[in-house]
Amino acid sequence: MSDELNINKKKKNQIKTKSSTASGRGETDIDYVRPAELPEQDLYHGHSFITKWIFCQDAKVIGIQYTLTAVFTGVVGLILSWMMRMQLGFPDLFPFLTAETYYQMVTMHGMIMVVYLLTALFLGGFGNYLIPLMVGARDMVFPYANMISFWMFFVAVVVLMSSFFVPGGPTGSGWTLYPPQAILEGTPGSGYGILLMLISLSLFVIGFTMGGLNYVITILQARTRGMSLMRMPLTIWGIFTATVLALLAFPALLVSSIMMTLDKVLGTSFFMPTIIKAGEALSYDGGSPILFQHLFWFFGHPEVYIVALPAFGIVSDLISVHSRKNIFGYRMMVWAIVGIGALSFFVWAHHMYVSGMSPWFGFFFATTTLIIAVPTALKVYNWILTLWRGNIRINTVMLFCLGFILTFVNGGITGIFLGNVAVDVPLSDTYFVIAHFHMVMGIAPLMVIFGAIYHWFPLVTGRLLDEKLGKWHFWTTFLGAYSIYFPMHYLGFIGVPRRYFEMYDSPYMTSAIGMNEFISVAAFIVGAAQFIFFYNLVKSLRLGKPAGKNPWQANSLEWLTPDVPPTHGNWGEKLPVVHRWAYDYGVPGAKDDYIPQTTPPSEVRDAEVEKT
Amino acid sequence: MSDINLDKLPGGFKGMSEDIGSDQTTFKGVNWGKAMMWIFLLSDTFVFSCFLVAYMKVRASVVEPWPYPSEVFALEVMGVPVPLLLIAIMTFVLITSSGTMALAVKYGYEKNKKMCGWFVLLTAIGGLTFVGMQAFEWSKLIFHDGVRPWGNPFGAEQFGAFFFMITGFHGTHVSIGVIFLFIFARKVFRGDFDTGKRGYFTTMKSDYVSIEILGLYWHFVDLVWVFIFAFFYLW
Repeated sequence: MSDELNINKKKKNQIKTKSSTASGRGETDIDYVRPAELPEQDLYHGHSFITKWIFCQDAKVIGIQYTLTAVFTGVVGLILSWMMRMQLGFPDLFPFLTAETYYQMVTMHGMIMVVYLLTALFLGGFGNYLIPLMVGARDMVFPYANMISFWMFFVAVVVLMSSFFVPGGPTGSGWTLYPPQAILEGTPGSGYGILLMLISLSLFVIGFTMGGLNYVITILQARTRGMSLMRMPLTIWGIFTATVLALLAFPALLVSSIMMTLDKVLGTSFFMPTIIKAGEALSYDGGSPILFQHLFWFFGHPEVYIVALPAFGIVSDLISVHSRKNIFGYRMMVWAIVGIGALSFFVWAHHMYVSGMSPWFGFFFATTTLIIAVPTALKVYNWILTLWRGNIRINTVMLFCLGFILTFVNGGITGIFLGNVAVDVPLSDTYFVIAHFHMVMGIAPLMVIFGAIYHWFPLVTGRLLDEKLGKWHFWTTFLGAYSIYFPMHYLGFIGVPRRYFEMYDSPYMTSAIGMNEFISVAAFIVGAAQFIFFYNLVKSLRLGKPAGKNPWQANSLEWLTPDVPPTHGNWGEKLPVVHRWAYDYGVPGAKDDYIPQTTPPSEVRDAEVEKT
Repeated sequence: MSDINLDKLPGGFKGMSEDIGSDQTTFKGVNWGKAMMWIFLLSDTFVFSCFLVAYMKVRASVVEPWPYPSEVFALEVMGVPVPLLLIAIMTFVLITSSGTMALAVKYGYEKNKKMCGWFVLLTAIGGLTFVGMQAFEWSKLIFHDGVRPWGNPFGAEQFGAFFFMITGFHGTHVSIGVIFLFIFARKVFRGDFDTGKRGYFTTMKSDYVSIEILGLYWHFVDLVWVFIFAFFYLW
């Protein structure tokens, strides 16, 4: 409230000074926006094919490069999950699926999906494409560093994938890479595999830091005239907060990678305790495996929100656009994003309840973990209240948003189970945990990614994706994913342990064999359904319906560029000037049901717009 | 070009909240590169904090006795072991180079090409001296005292591991800084910052603000050294 007053007061002052200097006009200028603080950005324009499409400094091209590379790794992760489900549902069908390969697949699937697909896609892909467009900048502030950032990521992916082809294969220590087992003989890929994994992660962190600094500074220091922080679309808030989290959390991953590399290569004992092997002591002595767990989860928990916060932001925008209503409680949403981000640094040890830590320590982390439920629940209520009495378009984008809300609530509620020490101890290491985190940070963010691709594909390519194929894609993915993960909660309750290569002889499984096979079949179908999506992408790229300008009647700046798809420099001659937030949909008294951010107040005098 | 008269902006918390709530820039009048360096340093602080916290954790939990730094890092001067002699000189040199860096920034903003260049060069030489002394310290520990990352004659083997890793990581930071200082010294003397010559890689115009950005990095590296000094040599 007081902020608004302040802004009004400031505006009045400015108007006063302006009318006194530029006298003669008499009336006050309600369209006044402060003049530009910064000179026009200096841009490097590529001329050859190489500088335009390969070593390109245009954030939009870099975003597409990030997206394609991340999706490629995602397809590898998907194929790995197929093979895992093949082994779990129908064991010993393929002779090449040994216990070793199974563990290698588990590890690579986890790491690829969390880091190389989701993080890279949300921040590198959507971040690069959308940040300059949505805040009204010509490009990222350091285009050269941005380019290097992508190529570092590319090298990291190449190093990671090369571990499939080295002697011993990729590491099979689980995506958490816990020492001492990760680097000891007997774990698959304890030679080259783990080394390449650690090198790849370090490269990823270095590359990401260069990109992340770009995102943060572009959002803080390169917004266009009139674009105050509280007028930014929530997508930008989500990506911004996630990037800050990443810049502060990835250091822990870098440090633990360096230390484990030294343990592996030089024989230091940072994480390695005294170990007796076949009656003989190894050269390791006195290190602390728990230290690695702390470092890893100090990265690992914020990582969950690095993936979730951009998803929160993007889904807020999609819901608002496609229900033709302003986002409910915009400021609350912003503070919830920031609050979740801050809290995420104080909850990491809830991943370590069974590591033997003091119960009082667990009590602290259980409390902080459950506090996160408050801002998260706020966000869910606000999404639902945005839909409430909105003019909802049931298109593919909206379906994916609704799918997100359902899977996210489901995964969030099981998170409250697992956040409590007393409930977590019996449930950890069962399929309940698999169900929880696949719901909350696998399926839910993927729903947003799909929704976002259906939403922004027309901006990137100028053509709409096919709606009919999109609906097929949604329903098979959504119902299929539910069929995979919902029964897993039950498997967890009856005590089926996770990460087991084969469990048919265990007493837990006898009652659930049919369900287990059902889950596998569902997984095959969901995986195959993604090829409908890829087909849709390729087909629509060439034959899709031309989208024209602003096909969704959206307000935010990315749809208001002079050229669609936007060209290098984004805005043609003049930068846009922003007069309002991005959520003026269905405003009473307005001519259309949307008022773009660039519409000056004098054009919509009769509309009862929010003061932003 | 700009309507911002920095002196006329409201100060204090009120000014801060107005700046943050305003359009275009959150940090008024702050160059992009400078803001970027601050945020990078925040991230880098987390890297060094992780290293030092890991060191403290392991030092607290290791079973074997931790070597006594005053003895390990002593130098013999005329038959008398002087504890931390080399480290004291190293620290002095590095802190002094922070002073010369500050002067370089001052002369840079005054567009005093000659003085700025000399002070950047002096800072680079200070940094190089530091790295040289560190190389001497390492070789003494390795070849004379037999300290290795995987073991040492004085006690807990993590002593060598953490020592080489943390000082090595810091030394790498100093070395990168020294390389950039030499490059910048050349650029200053050549007049790039006066003519706004475009960078070879980035194709962006050169500006004296880069000296301050490099200075931020350099002061940070010095500050980190103070913590390493306190935690490693004095504890």
